[in-house]
Amino acid sequence: MADCQKTWLGIKKGLKMFLSLLPALLNILALVSIVLYLLPKETLIKWLGHDSGWLGMAVAAMLGSISLIPGFIAFPLGGILLKNGVSYQVLAVFITTLMMVGILTLPLEAKYFGMRVALLRNALSFIGAVLIGLLIGICL
Amino acid sequence: MKKYIFFIGFILFVVCSYFFQLSVGKEIGYNFTIFFTEMITFLPMMFILIGLFDVWFPKEKVVKHIGKDTGIKGTLWVILLAMLQAGPLYGAFPVAYLLWKKGSSIRNIFIYLGAFSTLKIPMLAFEIGFLGLKFSLLRSLITLPVFILIAALMEADLKNKQFELQQP
Repeated sequence: MADCQKTWLGIKKGLKMFLSLLPALLNILALVSIVLYLLPKETLIKWLGHDSGWLGMAVAAMLGSISLIPGFIAFPLGGILLKNGVSYQVLAVFITTLMMVGILTLPLEAKYFGMRVALLRNALSFIGAVLIGLLIGICL
Repeated sequence: MKKYIFFIGFILFVVCSYFFQLSVGKEIGYNFTIFFTEMITFLPMMFILIGLFDVWFPKEKVVKHIGKDTGIKGTLWVILLAMLQAGPLYGAFPVAYLLWKKGSSIRNIFIYLGAFSTLKIPMLAFEIGFLGLKFSLLRSLITLPVFILIAALMEADLKNKQFELQQP
């Protein structure tokens, strides 16, 4: 049956995606295991925890804007950080800037939209991400 | 194989640590075991779902509906298209150009970029898995009006300028 074939194709496609991602994922998990050992929980909480305030948000926004981490890796990382005391607010800022702001891809974006428009979109997205983080901090 | 070099070194280090009773490697190994079990218990399943989704809801069907319609319907189709896709933000630029060629409004182009970067279904599946349904839902609900507002601001800025999307 065609439908059965289609389903099987989907399963294979998914597993293929998983396997192609596995090395990067294993590396990042190994790396995080090491970093979390070197970085005491107290330090992490102090910088990115509930009482980190603007400093925590600033650190998260910087990291999120600059880095080019795919979501497949960012979310597991975020889950680990959350369990280690990082606040939802900081996490939301990090995730949203990561998704919406791309400083490294700015030259590429400028090729399509022009530098002024690319800068404007990134600047507005940056402000938006901080706003989203603040709102999530209030709700959670 | 090259991709696994760091990981193999890591495993060797942890195994040796257990062998020589080094607390450093043991603690790091313990961290890793927890992360790994958590990952392996649901991630393959998530990817199978994403693969199935990709096969059952082809984006080609959605693209057909996108064009000159600049109203709320056009916006909804653009958001739907963005949600069905996967990949990093820079993968969205060529599609944005395509939408522009097809006659989408400036606002819908930026709504597409916003939805693409924040509401992709494969990513949402991940987010729910690792950060919880409550967080993911709340973030999506808050993000939606924010990127629509950003798109409106972009349109207001570009309306009276000779804005053209370029193909590099």
